[in-house]
Formats: sequence, structure tokens, C-alpha cells
Amino acid sequence: MIVVKDLHKSFGDNEVLCGITEHIQVGEKVVIIGPSGSGKSTFLRCLNLLEVPTSGEIIFDGVSMTDPKTNINEMRQKMGMVFQHFNLFNNLSVLKNMTLAPVRLKRMSKAEAEENAMALLRRVGLADKANAYPSQLSGGQKQRIAIVRALAMKPKVMLFDEPTSALDPEMVGEVLEVMKELADDGMTMVVVTHEMGFAREVATRVLFMDGGGILEQGTPDEIFSHPKEERTQLFLSKVL
Amino acid sequence: MDYYTQWKAMISSGEEVTFWQDFYVKFYQAFIEADRWKQYLSGVGTTLLVTAIALIIGIILGVTVAMLRTAHDQQMPGRRNPLLGVLNAVCSVYTTVIRGTPMMVQLLIMGMVIFASSRNFTAVGALTLGINSGAYVSEIIRGGLMSLDPGQAEAGRSLGLGYFDTMRYIVIPQAFKAVLPALSNEFIILLKDTSLITYIGGKELLYAAQGIYSRTYEAMFPLIGTALIYLALVMVLTRLQGKLERRLRESDRR
Repeated sequence: MIVVKDLHKSFGDNEVLCGITEHIQVGEKVVIIGPSGSGKSTFLRCLNLLEVPTSGEIIFDGVSMTDPKTNINEMRQKMGMVFQHFNLFNNLSVLKNMTLAPVRLKRMSKAEAEENAMALLRRVGLADKANAYPSQLSGGQKQRIAIVRALAMKPKVMLFDEPTSALDPEMVGEVLEVMKELADDGMTMVVVTHEMGFAREVATRVLFMDGGGILEQGTPDEIFSHPKEERTQLFLSKVL
Repeated sequence: MDYYTQWKAMISSGEEVTFWQDFYVKFYQAFIEADRWKQYLSGVGTTLLVTAIALIIGIILGVTVAMLRTAHDQQMPGRRNPLLGVLNAVCSVYTTVIRGTPMMVQLLIMGMVIFASSRNFTAVGALTLGINSGAYVSEIIRGGLMSLDPGQAEAGRSLGLGYFDTMRYIVIPQAFKAVLPALSNEFIILLKDTSLITYIGGKELLYAAQGIYSRTYEAMFPLIGTALIYLALVMVLTRLQGKLERRLRESDRR
């Protein structure tokens, strides 16, 4: 579904990604772990071109994302993204947050979009917050809404950029629960996270990134129980 | 014979009058005699009209320039639009020249050089003020656009919304709320700066006052009256700003 070929990304002289090649299949739940500064978030943000790669190619759903002729906005409609800091639209109510893009991009009528949004809100237990504004919600509620806002576009793949890192510890669970349900529904997911428990439970594949490349990858069991690389072992010994 | 004619005669004949008699005569001269209050009123009308026209020109110019410059600065590397580069350069020259020269000089250049043959001084004045205001408004709006968390725009773009939709529905409404105090400040300055168009013959409030004291040789009352009228207008504007701010704060309720 997503093919990454020799992806490089530099910010000025600082090379953050140095040649990543990766295939993500339909239905896979890929969890990316690694120390901070290893390029995990940049890699994820390159996938929907929030960061423009310096070189290399990204093919999503058979279309080259990196081709300047590609309509990026159209492609992004098929990729949901969840951010560390939620990024709910502060000027809009929860319902408006969820219906703005589907209606504006003519994916659904207003009534359809609202119905769809309410169904999603019920699924995450927040239907009563439909008319609330983001500033009235807790972090966990905001992130659950950010997830269903992305789902409202009916994406083919969901990208998660450290979705629980900005949350109070007691709110992490409710967000991970939603993500697990989503995984059980068969959504293709790429998740950057420090939640090793989640990675072990949900991932079909774990990528360990360090120094701008994928150092090691495998099933959760291979990475967590039998890491081959010394750097992986060191990292895991610190976080587990 | 009414008091005005009586006391005026006393003053001109050198007789001693009380402070209040003197006050009454000058006040009457400044505002009531020959229906002079009508001149202030029509002056206020022109002032408000010029402010409104300049405001509209200023906002249109300011928003356009701010959008162009932000769009230019936020382009994705490798997808730079050469046309935006040219427009950005034009905008940059505009703000530099307008902010770098005194408003008075701009007014005189517009009135005496560029539109030297025009008799419609008020319109020339309104145009000049609008062009001037646009440069400041653009910087205020640009500041607002830049102060917003980039995550807001990123979230919009990640959903597939285009640059302009993201601006229109997400970034600008929030930026507008953030810059409202600065923007109101600019509009208050604009309202008061309309008095400058007197110098190219614009018939606004100060022009009326000047016309009156050049006839009565008594400047205090017309000028203080003018000052009070400006003050009242600005206070009304400030009230409106407060109301608007309270309404926009709706989404901040906790």
C-alpha cells in the first residue's frame, strides 16, 4: 500500500533521514520505535508529505506522492493523521471539526457527514461532546476526537505521530483502547510511539529506527524478546 | 436683543465682561452662529466616510498582501511558484516604501503630484489613507498568521483540505481573534489620521473647524470641540471592539 524508496530528508545541513526503503502492506500495523532524534516523526510526516523529502520516492495506493504533478490534497484524503498535540481546530465545535473536511471536499452531504460523525463519536463514547469546543475537553478526549476526525474521511491508512506522548498518564489508556479497536477492525496503521506495551500487543511489525535509518525490524517478539542489534538492546533496556 | 449680540457688543466696545459671558459668546460663535454646527456635522460625515473607504481599501490590501507573503513563505521546497516570488517582491517593496515614509509626505505626493489635476481631494485622501493603512494591516495580519500553532494548518492539510480552505476555515478565524486588539488600534489611528487630509483640501472635521476659526479668529472652541468629537468617535469604536472580542471568545469558554 505504501512503498518508500531510498527516502532522504535534510533540514539544512542536518540529514535526518538517510535512505529509508520500506513496504507497508494493506492491513499491517507497523509500529516505529526508537530514541528521540532518530527520525521517526519525520519519516511518518514524509509519508503524507507534511515534510517534503529531499530525495527518494513514496508511492501510496499506486500513485507517486513525490511526483510534483500528483494532487497531494486528493491523496491526503486517503491518509488519516493523528498528531501528538491533537491539533483540533480550536475555533470549531467538535462536530464541525469532524464534518468540515468531508463536506468541504464534497465527500459527503452535510447531513451524511453529521450522521457519520455522530456514529463515530458514539463509538468512542463522546457523543455528548458534539457541540463542545476543544478548550472544554481533556487531553484524552481531544485525542479520541482527533482520531475520529481523521476517520470521518474514511481513510485507507492511519498515521499516528506519538498520539499519547502529550497525555496525562491516566488518559493514555483510553486513547490506546480506541487505537486497538481500530486495529482490530483491520485498519492499516503506522504508529510512532513510546508505548511498548501497545507495540507488543498490536503491531504486526516493529521498526527500530536510529540515526535516520531503520536499524532493525521484525515481529514484536523478535524485537522485544530477541533484539539482534546492540543499539536496540540498549534502547529497550532503558525503556522496558 | 439676545444675550449673544448684547455681550458681543460689550466685548467689542472694550467693556468688562464676566468669564461666563465671554464663554457664552465664544461658544455661540463657534457652534451656533450661522448654523456652524452643520459644518461640523458634515465634517464628521466626511471623516466617517473617509475612514470607512480607507478601512475597506486597507483591509483588502492588507489581507491580500499578508496572504501572498505567508503563502510565499510556506511553500513546499521543490514546489515553489515563480509567480508568487514576483508578487512577494512587489508586496515587500510596498510595505517597505509605505512604512518607511511619513503619511503626511505620502498625502502631499498623492495630492500634489500624482493626482494634482484631481479636484476630489476627499477621494484622493481616502485612497492614500487606505494604501497607507494596508501596509500596517498586512503586517498585523501576517503576525497573527505566524503566531498560530502550525499544527492547526497541518491538521487541516493532513485531512486533504487545500491551502485556501485551510486558511479560510481554520487559520484566519483564529488569527483574526488574536490580532483584533492590534487591528482595532490601527483603525483608531486611521480614524484620527483622516484629519491629515485637511492639508490636501479634504473637507473633513478638522477642515470645518479651521474654516470656522479663520472667520471668527477664535480657535479654542472649534479645536476643543473637534478634539471632543474625535474622542467620542474613538470611544464608540473601542466599545464595538470590546463587544466583538466578547463574541469571538465564545469558543474559549471552559
